[in-house]
Amino acid sequence: MNTQALKKILIANRGEIACRIMRSAKQMGLTTVAVYSDADKNAQHVKMADEAYYIGPAPSKDSYLVTDKILQVAKNSGADCIHPGYGFLSENSEFAKACEANNIAFIGPLASSIEAMGSKTRAKEIMAAANVPLVPGYYGDNQDPRFLQSEAEKIGYPVLIKAAFGGGGKGMRVVEKASDFISALEGAQREAIAGFGNDLVLLERYVNQPRHVEVQVFADNHGNCVYLGDRDCSLQRRHQKVIEEAPAPGLSSALRKEMGEAAVRCALAINYRGAGTVEFLLCGDEFFFMEMNTRLQVEHPVTEMVTGVDLVNWQINIAGGLPLPLAQEDIQLQGHSFEARIYAEDPANDFIPCSGTIEAMHTPNQNEFVRIDTGIAQGDEISPYYDPMIAKLIVHDDSREQALGRLRQALEQFHLAGFSTNIGFLNNLAQHPTFNKSAPSTHFIAEQGDSLVAVNNTLVQSSELIGAFAYLCSLNNKHAEEKNASPWQQLSGFTLNSPSVIKVPFKDLHLSAIKTAKGYDITHNNTVFSLQGTVVNGGCTVFIDGDKHIAHVSQSNDAITVMNKALQAKLELMNKHYISSHESDALPLAAPLNGTVVKHLVSVGSTITKGDPVVIIEAMKMEYTLNAPHDGILQSYCFGEGELVSHGALLAIVEDTTVQEGA
Amino acid sequence: MPCIYLVDSGGANLPEQDDVFPDKLHFGRIFYNQARMSGKGIPQIAVVMGLCTAGGAYVPAMADESIIVKEQGTIFLAGPPLVKAATGEEVTAEELGGADVHCKTSGVADHFAENDEHALSIARQCIERINYTRPTSPLLKDIKAPRYDINELYGIVGTDLKKPFDVREVIARTVDDSSFDEFKRYFGETLVTGFASIYGNPVGIVANNGILFSESAQKGAHFIQLCAQRNIPLVFLQNITGFMVGKKYEAEGIAKHGAKMVMAVSCADVPKFTVLIGGSYGAGNYGMCGRAFEPTMMWMWPNARISVMGGEQAAGVMAQVKQDGLERKGQSMTDEQISEFKKPIIDQYEEQGHPYYASARLWDDGIIDPADTRNVLGLALSAAKNAPAKESQFGVFRM
Repeated sequence: MNTQALKKILIANRGEIACRIMRSAKQMGLTTVAVYSDADKNAQHVKMADEAYYIGPAPSKDSYLVTDKILQVAKNSGADCIHPGYGFLSENSEFAKACEANNIAFIGPLASSIEAMGSKTRAKEIMAAANVPLVPGYYGDNQDPRFLQSEAEKIGYPVLIKAAFGGGGKGMRVVEKASDFISALEGAQREAIAGFGNDLVLLERYVNQPRHVEVQVFADNHGNCVYLGDRDCSLQRRHQKVIEEAPAPGLSSALRKEMGEAAVRCALAINYRGAGTVEFLLCGDEFFFMEMNTRLQVEHPVTEMVTGVDLVNWQINIAGGLPLPLAQEDIQLQGHSFEARIYAEDPANDFIPCSGTIEAMHTPNQNEFVRIDTGIAQGDEISPYYDPMIAKLIVHDDSREQALGRLRQALEQFHLAGFSTNIGFLNNLAQHPTFNKSAPSTHFIAEQGDSLVAVNNTLVQSSELIGAFAYLCSLNNKHAEEKNASPWQQLSGFTLNSPSVIKVPFKDLHLSAIKTAKGYDITHNNTVFSLQGTVVNGGCTVFIDGDKHIAHVSQSNDAITVMNKALQAKLELMNKHYISSHESDALPLAAPLNGTVVKHLVSVGSTITKGDPVVIIEAMKMEYTLNAPHDGILQSYCFGEGELVSHGALLAIVEDTTVQEGA
Repeated sequence: MPCIYLVDSGGANLPEQDDVFPDKLHFGRIFYNQARMSGKGIPQIAVVMGLCTAGGAYVPAMADESIIVKEQGTIFLAGPPLVKAATGEEVTAEELGGADVHCKTSGVADHFAENDEHALSIARQCIERINYTRPTSPLLKDIKAPRYDINELYGIVGTDLKKPFDVREVIARTVDDSSFDEFKRYFGETLVTGFASIYGNPVGIVANNGILFSESAQKGAHFIQLCAQRNIPLVFLQNITGFMVGKKYEAEGIAKHGAKMVMAVSCADVPKFTVLIGGSYGAGNYGMCGRAFEPTMMWMWPNARISVMGGEQAAGVMAQVKQDGLERKGQSMTDEQISEFKKPIIDQYEEQGHPYYASARLWDDGIIDPADTRNVLGLALSAAKNAPAKESQFGVFRM
């Protein structure tokens, strides 16, 4: 490939990674082109781009995943390269091919490399040939116990015996030493034949308490390949990475070098180009190849923080045909970095993804220690169509301990309102003694169970108090801001001869307040707390019985969200509970006047929802459309089309399928 | 100010019908007032939160807008028992005059509320929609709180009415920035007069600092007239045992000087507010704008006492009259008998002069915490601005 200066880059992605790529591209002087779906019209990546093109409806299969639309935008806009980010089309070899066919540089590996790693079996074959360690095992048909035992010897203990057709832990045995092998094998086979009707077993090295350690590699078109250190991504929840760090802690430099070189062999074996990640299982000093990701990883910033390299910059240059700017010996690791992935999800509710408007967003200051990669801003919508990861918080400091301290501090300053987030969960992880000691295994989060979603009750209480204080100040601010307001405004709530007790209308909480000279005395569950302080633009500095608390609040019509350290407390206001249940809102399907039935709009027997138009009648030269009074099934019409009806006559019968309320 | 009626009334109290029905200011006056106030553009809003029968039914019916709570509020001229007695018709209260009937059929009520809280929120909405703008006063300037702690009043005033205090200490804790421009500082010093502002509203203050002499009364009359001319509301801080008595004072015409002050107070058509901060005895009550002189509002501090004269003095006068009578018959009373004679009189004055006794009979608009004086005056002065200014016409001052 010839060296060509790339001038205009299309980013076939959205969210934080699109913004991240644009930042580097803009620094390099490239013109940036964004694409967007219906859901992303006002997204930050669209605002940030020099040009932006619409590519279709919100579901990604109709927009971000449609190769033709993206290529068309590239051609129309004159982009000479496409960065696919991660996810979407980043590991789609057809797309890579299509780019090349259209003479547009695909910022990523060759299609053949993607394909090579796309199939797990083929990838393992290639890796074995390249002398990259794989989890040792025997998957053959020879079931002779002595043969199997000799294979187990080769694999090395502990060995896992697995029923080939098994599952759910049945027909599975972990064997710690050779003397136990035969009896364990017999046990596994018995279970296998009983459970699955087949006693075929396979053997594998049992990887106990594994860690997920991956190596960042970079290759150019000139046969050079380097590794840029490693990352530990063992903190995972259901195979989803949660917190990543670089470098992987506790590795000897020899092991680090060994893994790095294995990763380079892996890349060279598939004629790799650009940024890639080789994932290993690490168990003690042994590591085994899992897979290679042929793209820029979500967690690439931790590598950037410790190497000082802008990986996107390298990607673009290499796609333009330039050689790698650094040789392996020039790459030095400095300090330690963590990345925490911030998700719009509800840890208290089984981590269900959330969507909604970002009512408030206050982030820690970015500086040499703290970096935030995000594609959102206050007022944006979190769409249910895409990944709920909305930001990445990256920290860097000299040591792991210091960096982890930075992470905790920054998490406590990362305040979002409008939907639930996993910030409290991340902070619980960042505070966990096991994680503070070193990187735990990939099973760690699952083993901890609910303790990681626990909330600190003291923090909950102070948040409720801060919320109440903010609510009270908001009542007051409406009036007192004007210095010369009438005393009727300044003294709102004043009562004669007894302190005015203000009820704080939070759902499920009993809070009341009395105004004091400098603040409020707030009664919370029969305990009185004295609060003073200020609330300015959502930023609260509040003294509770003399102790200073700093938090943010966001008030909407129906709730106040307090963001107090890593806790997000949503305090619902009770003011809407009397929204009318008035039965006249559900008028029966009766003729409002004497008239003629003009049209039946729904066929008999069909299911209708409250408010659906059912029948039209004409009276006094006007047409009246009558709507379903409640959800149900249309049983019958009482009058045919063209028939005359008199005032009050029932026009149709709708069987009520809604739950009947008790009388 | 708009009127909001929270109605839950069975109407007139039948056993006391003679005290509530026939006279001019009795029950009927409520409806007369509702009509006249509505006529003056003062919004009348009724919230029916309970059973409203007979007279009670007229409050929502006469209102500009009425709100009724579902399955709780009812409006009818006669309740189910009376209907049954009169016509034999059997009907439930809800069927007879519930929210459904009045919002859907009769039109007696305008707004249908789910519960009390909802009803009050609808009332707020009604107020929001009255399209009413308060008159603005160009005189509002930077409002500063008093420089002195208002809570110190408790220690300054105390509970012993015989102990004098300088009323300027009270003024300093009531007016904006403790700023008081005194008028005739060195003349008639037992009456303190001067200009100040409370929550930005200019006021003329007339405050007792001892018994009223001829000079004090003349000074008071002058100052009140001055405020009336300038349309400045008056605040009376009343702590008065009366006008000075004695040969010298009668001779110098204290009666006519006192009369001048009473004339000025009666005819000054500016908002007037009276706070009884101590004693209120004798003609001093008139000169200092007692209830009969129609202060816009009047309040008492808990330490205040009100009676035609002090209990001791009244008992003394009556004991003297009694002794004079006995003397004419050649009899006399021992000291013990005298104090025995006086005691019930003193007790009676103490009971009837107590703020609870007075306030319970609506002789004032409430007992207030001295520390609330500034706030209460501020609210009242602000409310009084809603009424258009009037021109004062004084009668004949006896010179």
